[in-house]
Amino acid sequence: MQPIQLQWIDYTVLISYVFFVLGIGWTLARYMKTSADFLTSARSIPTWVTGLAFISANLGALELVGMAASGAKYGIATAHFYWVGAIPAMIFLAVFMMPFYYGSKARSVPEYLKMRFDERVRALNSVAFAVMTIFASGISMNALAKLLNQLLGWNYDLALWVCSGVVLLYVLKGGLTSAIYTEVLQFFMIVLGFAPVVYLGLKDVGGWHAMNHALQGVATSTTAAAGTQYAANAWTSAWTPLLAGPAHNPMGVDLFAMVFGLGFVLSFGYWCTNFLVVQRAMAAKNMTAARNTPLVAAVPKMIFPFLVIVPGMIAMALTSLPNKGYRIPPPVIAHEHYVAAVAAVKNANPANVPDAVKAIGTALGKKISDDKITALVADNAKSKLTDAQIETGIYNSITEYDYDGVILSLVKKYCPAGLLGLALTALLASFMSGMAGNVTAFNTVWTYDLYQAYFAPGKSDKHYFWAGKVTTVAGIVLSIAAAYFASMYNNAMDIIQLVFGFVNAPLFATFLLGMFWKRTTGTGAFLGLFGGIAGSALFHAVTIASGNAPGVKGGYLAVMQSFPSEMAQNFWLAAFAFTVCLVLTLVISLATKSQKTDEELKGLVYSLTPKTVDLNLPVWQRPAFLGILLLICCVILNIIFW
Amino acid sequence: MGLDIRWPIGLMFSLIGLLLTGYGMIKATDSVSLGININLIWGIVLLVFGSAMLLGAIRGSKTK
Repeated sequence: MQPIQLQWIDYTVLISYVFFVLGIGWTLARYMKTSADFLTSARSIPTWVTGLAFISANLGALELVGMAASGAKYGIATAHFYWVGAIPAMIFLAVFMMPFYYGSKARSVPEYLKMRFDERVRALNSVAFAVMTIFASGISMNALAKLLNQLLGWNYDLALWVCSGVVLLYVLKGGLTSAIYTEVLQFFMIVLGFAPVVYLGLKDVGGWHAMNHALQGVATSTTAAAGTQYAANAWTSAWTPLLAGPAHNPMGVDLFAMVFGLGFVLSFGYWCTNFLVVQRAMAAKNMTAARNTPLVAAVPKMIFPFLVIVPGMIAMALTSLPNKGYRIPPPVIAHEHYVAAVAAVKNANPANVPDAVKAIGTALGKKISDDKITALVADNAKSKLTDAQIETGIYNSITEYDYDGVILSLVKKYCPAGLLGLALTALLASFMSGMAGNVTAFNTVWTYDLYQAYFAPGKSDKHYFWAGKVTTVAGIVLSIAAAYFASMYNNAMDIIQLVFGFVNAPLFATFLLGMFWKRTTGTGAFLGLFGGIAGSALFHAVTIASGNAPGVKGGYLAVMQSFPSEMAQNFWLAAFAFTVCLVLTLVISLATKSQKTDEELKGLVYSLTPKTVDLNLPVWQRPAFLGILLLICCVILNIIFW
Repeated sequence: MGLDIRWPIGLMFSLIGLLLTGYGMIKATDSVSLGININLIWGIVLLVFGSAMLLGAIRGSKTK
């Protein structure tokens, strides 16, 4: 793929954005007086701002790239990650859990755990969270620098350091408020930067119905990327293929794994306990604003599939329409492989095509379409083609898809200079605000839950204010180190993400019992959590997804259960870990004595907390009313795309 | 907190909107995608959005 040439207009758009985020940081710096201003925004931000920041902190660039990729791979069923795997959990957080987070005056999720249980649970959660945010931020920055390197030909190190530097400057100046404000800015950048791409793509493919028609062809064709034949609606219906069983949908997932694994365990675990998103709601100016934050966020979240998944579906549809001259890009291949393959085409003996095809495939190191290569060899024998023509022919005959390249290939295809600058800035913005989000969550947890709790308790607020600033610098430097680590050891990164999965999967069971059952004890929570983590590691060690070799992908102890896809394996793992943690916490809690009195648990546990009364609010501001309304909309969306 | 976020949003999108609109008018042939001058159209959309945000910010500052 040729690097994209940016025009002055594109750079101007990009520089304007950087100028504005830095300007926000500088303007906010005046208001940063205490550690609370810097680390928790002193609980002063209006609902719509925290709401958009809430969703923006989740909509990282990797999500943008990944959702388009899944849209191409799995079709509209990808929307389950939104309509099943997000909306219900967001509503639950708003209506049932926010009163405890906000009402307890905890400054972070680990601090809530300390109030509810004890130091052990807090330490376990805060250390795991701090490590995870640094790696998450590093992985994302590595992806950004790699992208800028491949796409625009920028130097990897320079891209990494400059982008991190910009983030450092504005977070250091304006703290959490800066991060939240730029997240809102980024939200609008993403929506306004990608909407025209979706519009142009749909127009090109011939509209919604033409796209669906083409995707029906993809689903029933045996030469489709997945290599399996599905019912015609496999890409265009969200539920029917799922109900038909794992063999009948491209995700390879069954109904239980989807609804319980993703829709309950993973989704509630992420949305209701991850401090990165919850922190946004905790920065709201009052209890109602805090509770309404996830509800405000749920509105765009519900509509996002049309912005982030539909591009993938468009790409898949276009690929199946030969006259459109588009294909999902093949994996990035080093130029010398192309040179070798071109030479192989030239040397091919037209009388012995099968051998020639094999030789070309070996030279390239990728799967190729025999028919297309045969045609290419024949063309070259008839009239000598130029090297560039042959290379294009080879490029088009590669049958492997690099799904992660989908979104950018569409941007490149449809955006002229100007709009291109806007779309790329949107992507860059989401990478940078993703880093800012991670760093601001990291510095709050480090400063309050680790530094203040264990290293330097009882110091002046000024001390912690400075500690917060130093932590910000340290967080950025560690993220850069993690980015280099990610760029060097791909496999190690897989393992780290796997370990995060183990740590996160059981977490929601601890919160659920802690918040809604006053009998839950600190020992029960701590051991239950450990048991859940061990349980998920064990589950992973004895199961595997079909097509994977035992090893990093699972099954290294034994293979007791095989799943049709990695996704199914993940969902089942989560369901298993949750159950282990739930049962262990329950049993151990019953066997141990609670260290906390009812009085101490007031405001932390459902049955001991006075119900939040919303009756003085107009009906459209009441979280319960809004939650039900949103749930109805979500159900309607599911039915439309059934 | 101190700064009304509608100011930077409004200013930034108005500016980018103006840039795209201007580019779409001056370099009309370079701005076409699928037969539409997308820079011009989308520039205007951004300009309208940015102005609406600015209007909100101005009204907000008056009520204070």
